[in-house]
Amino acid sequence: MTATVGREAQVAARANDVWKVYGSGEAQVMALRGVSAEFERGRFTAIMGPSGSGKSTLMHCLAGLDSVTRGTVMIGDTTVTGLGDAGLTRLRRDKVGFIFQQFNLLPTLTAQENILLPMSIAGRKPDPAWYDTVIDTVGLRDRLGHRPAQLSGGQQQRVACARALVARPEVIFADEPTGNLDSRSGAEVLNFLRNSVREHGQTIVMVTHDPTAAAYADRVVFLADGQIVSELIEPTAETVLDTMKKLDTPVEVAR
Amino acid sequence: MFRATWKSLLARKVRLVLSGLAVVLGVMFVSGAFVLTDTLGRSFDQVFADAYEGVDVNVNATPKVALDELEGEPVSPPVPAALLERVRTVAGVAEATGIIAADGALMIGSNGKVVTSFGPPQLGENWLGESDLLTLREGREPRADDEIVINAALAQAAGVKVGDRVGVQTPFKSKKEDFHLVGIFGFSGGRDSLGGANEIAFTTPVAQRLMLGEPDVFTNISVQAVDGVGEEKLRDDIAAAVGDGYQVRTGEQMSADAAAGLKEGLSFFNKILLGFAAVALLVGTFLILNTFSIIVAQRTRELALMRAIGASGRQIIGSVVLEAIAVGLIASVLGLAAGIGVGALLAYLFGELAGGLALAGLGVPAAAVIGAFGVGLVITVVAALLPALRAARIPPIAAMQDVATPDRPLTKVTVSGGIVTAIGATLLFLGLSGNAGDLTLQTILGGVFLAFIGMALLTPLISRPVVGLLGAVFAWSVPGKLGRLNSGRNPRRTAITAAALMVGIALVTGVTVILDSAKSSISALAEDQINAELVISGVQSGPRPPSFDPAVLEQAAAIPGVQLVDGEYGDMAEVDGKATWVAVSSNVAALERIFSAKATAGDISRLGPDQMLFSSDTAKSRNVSVGSRVTVQLSRGEARTYTVSGIYQSTELTSPVVLPPQAARDFAIPQPIQGFLQLAPGARVEDVRPQVETLLADNPQVSVADRAAFIKQQTSQLDGLLQMIQILLALAIVIAVLGIINTLALSVLERTRELGLLRAIGLRRAQTMRMITVEAVVISVFGALLGVAVGTGLGAAVVEALKDEGITDLVLPWGQMGLFLGLAAIIGVVAAVLPAIRAARINVLGAIAHD
Repeated sequence: MTATVGREAQVAARANDVWKVYGSGEAQVMALRGVSAEFERGRFTAIMGPSGSGKSTLMHCLAGLDSVTRGTVMIGDTTVTGLGDAGLTRLRRDKVGFIFQQFNLLPTLTAQENILLPMSIAGRKPDPAWYDTVIDTVGLRDRLGHRPAQLSGGQQQRVACARALVARPEVIFADEPTGNLDSRSGAEVLNFLRNSVREHGQTIVMVTHDPTAAAYADRVVFLADGQIVSELIEPTAETVLDTMKKLDTPVEVAR
Repeated sequence: MFRATWKSLLARKVRLVLSGLAVVLGVMFVSGAFVLTDTLGRSFDQVFADAYEGVDVNVNATPKVALDELEGEPVSPPVPAALLERVRTVAGVAEATGIIAADGALMIGSNGKVVTSFGPPQLGENWLGESDLLTLREGREPRADDEIVINAALAQAAGVKVGDRVGVQTPFKSKKEDFHLVGIFGFSGGRDSLGGANEIAFTTPVAQRLMLGEPDVFTNISVQAVDGVGEEKLRDDIAAAVGDGYQVRTGEQMSADAAAGLKEGLSFFNKILLGFAAVALLVGTFLILNTFSIIVAQRTRELALMRAIGASGRQIIGSVVLEAIAVGLIASVLGLAAGIGVGALLAYLFGELAGGLALAGLGVPAAAVIGAFGVGLVITVVAALLPALRAARIPPIAAMQDVATPDRPLTKVTVSGGIVTAIGATLLFLGLSGNAGDLTLQTILGGVFLAFIGMALLTPLISRPVVGLLGAVFAWSVPGKLGRLNSGRNPRRTAITAAALMVGIALVTGVTVILDSAKSSISALAEDQINAELVISGVQSGPRPPSFDPAVLEQAAAIPGVQLVDGEYGDMAEVDGKATWVAVSSNVAALERIFSAKATAGDISRLGPDQMLFSSDTAKSRNVSVGSRVTVQLSRGEARTYTVSGIYQSTELTSPVVLPPQAARDFAIPQPIQGFLQLAPGARVEDVRPQVETLLADNPQVSVADRAAFIKQQTSQLDGLLQMIQILLALAIVIAVLGIINTLALSVLERTRELGLLRAIGLRRAQTMRMITVEAVVISVFGALLGVAVGTGLGAAVVEALKDEGITDLVLPWGQMGLFLGLAAIIGVVAAVLPAIRAARINVLGAIAHD
């Protein structure tokens, strides 16, 4: 019993036999079919899969943005499944951070205001030491007063990363964070994410279809047709690519 | 959170300007009305304070007929000169002066026409010498009986100067009389008049003869106290000395009483203005609601992001409402400032029109400030509430997906629209059918309000087929087709924009239907009932109707070809203690023969000196029948008891009560105000008319007209009323136009990417502009169409309800309706100008990259 509790404490997010069905009847789409997965604390996990494999849906369900049809989702020791709007709001406020593909910064706020927005929404003050650490890590100190429009794509995404980090959430979900960036800016962001995991013990779950990006993770989970089909520990771009190729073939054949 | 809201507000300030402008205009109307009435009220206070400045105590006879403000001005009978002597003997009286000042002294100007007034009295007075208030500017005081002095404003209006011989028409002299103008006076502070009143001062005996009709009487007695004697004490002492039948008041009371009457009128005026402000604000509410809805829709992603990073639904509502408060606050401040300006301007214009009313300093009453902020804030916040709730329902996941907001079904909005419309119609029906008792007006207004809201809710449903049909007109070109599709793609947005225009146009149409129907009904009735070929009457411009020499009636009867002549007198009297309009026909036979009256009881063809007639309605409500004895107190003389000798069928043209000719002597205006001439068969109007004109040479207030011209003149007041209402409602339409501009501008912004795409695949600039214009025209014509339909319905309902009141014709102003639709098309084109230019200028590359 004690061992189980100890083990659970190591898990930042968990999906337990999660099913997600969209629509009904003829138009029914099974996005997830019985996915069970654990995402350990202090690890950088990538979720990969071809388009339509359900990787984004899995992330949305894990983050409490979308409801599950069956099964349960937990973040830390909170059961996400069945939470009401107030509970979900509190969860997003206190335990979850997001990084989006489209950067999603408020264009009217400066970089600093964007970074501090979740804290001010929650009515909390940031820990100044941690704030300084985050700012230095993303290397934006001289850009804090700029508006998103005055920043490059990479800089904007780093602001978004800082925004997710500064509240020290249980887990950060990143949805194709490098999808809109050139390879150099993408590498900067990914390095930064990996460092925040290695140096500060942050938990990150990242959805991507880019093997190079996935290679930055500690572990890669592969999805196809709504099911987890494979997993890689300490991946490299080559091993990820190989796994992806293997995945593609049976799917093609199945059609 | 607050900072994020504030910044997003600043970033969208241009979008909010137009919706803010709607609030500014509404608030301007509200605060302007308060500022105007307050400034005018205090100006009149000053006029009366000046007029009674040197008066410590005033004595006048208690009016015989007690009237409230809406019934007319009470007329005090004159006080005898003997009373003056008695007042002088009271201890503490330093000086007592007999004053004559009565309305109805009309000067004939140098152009031969009577100098008219737009409301202030035209006073005939006795000359009392100069004072602190009044000084002669030119000439000298009147000494002989054929000498007068007048105030400077009158001299200017009449175009006369010292030394001229001028004609004056007075109430107790049947013809105009000529006088030597020997002096012109003005008032302290360089004023040419007190509150616009025209004043003619005679010697005391002449003033008594002409203005009061008998020697040795005065209008009132003005008393100055010995130094050290209190006004109140002196008032009580004098009251004890003069006994019953007199009103003894201090100067302060006098000016307060005089001002109170006017203020009641001003407050009524204020309420009317506020009513129009309410319409403007209702339209403004639609506009704000729409603006916030569109802004929320455009911010979906941003709001979803806020939700994703932890904002609660309540925080989102708070942020939208906060934005509304900021807009409302700024708009209120601007509206208040504009209202003060407009109020000041209108007060100035009013002062000029009223003949130089010296305006008191501009006042901003608390009501204007409270009204401005209350209305501005409440309206904006209420309008933003619905969009705020919608914003709170945006799911956080919308931040990551391009969620196409599904086309929500219109069932809910249609059902609630149907229910609200039904409630409104029921209230309207209750109010109009007279089943709402004392709350009739409130019930009707509530019904109209709910009907508008309900219709606005139903509009999205109606918009689909109608907009499709309207758009079909433009579907021949590609841009036209695109514009039509655009105007149909968001039925709610189109509907609410059109609904704003609907309100203004519906009210104008409704009022036009009612007034045109009333006009046509009254004309028809008059044509039907008045069997007189010629009518003597004048245009009333002040509180006193124009009147003429009764001798004219007899002389007219002697003209060959004239069969029957009747002069009509009228006054307010107390009939069994109740204020009632009473009429006298100089020729009672005219009732049947000229006015087609039908007897329902007794005999109405003759009337003895102690007999009177009742209309059937009044007889019923007063429980009077033939043989009843009724006490009548006229403006002058003692109360008399009459026996009811006949009852005639009520129509809209009949007076409630008819008294015998002898009674007219005791009317406030003892002269006929209208004369009706019936010609013998075969006699020609063109032969008789010049002879009547000759008879009226010394009665410049009135003229003779044929029946058609008379009826037209009588109903022309309705035209004036209609014009005024249309002007006031134009503001609501202006706000609706702002709404169309705003909706289009926001739509263009929202479709930046799409417009860029269209341009990229070859849509020319002109075509882009045409597309936007078609969209605007479709929306505004749709709104006007709805407005005309709803307005016709409302108008027809009111006309139907007033059937018993004699409005029997339903006149639909087709020309006007066509005009509104045409106007709406123009409005659409005008409203589209700026958004279309903006759309055409979109940078193609930038737009496609636009997110």
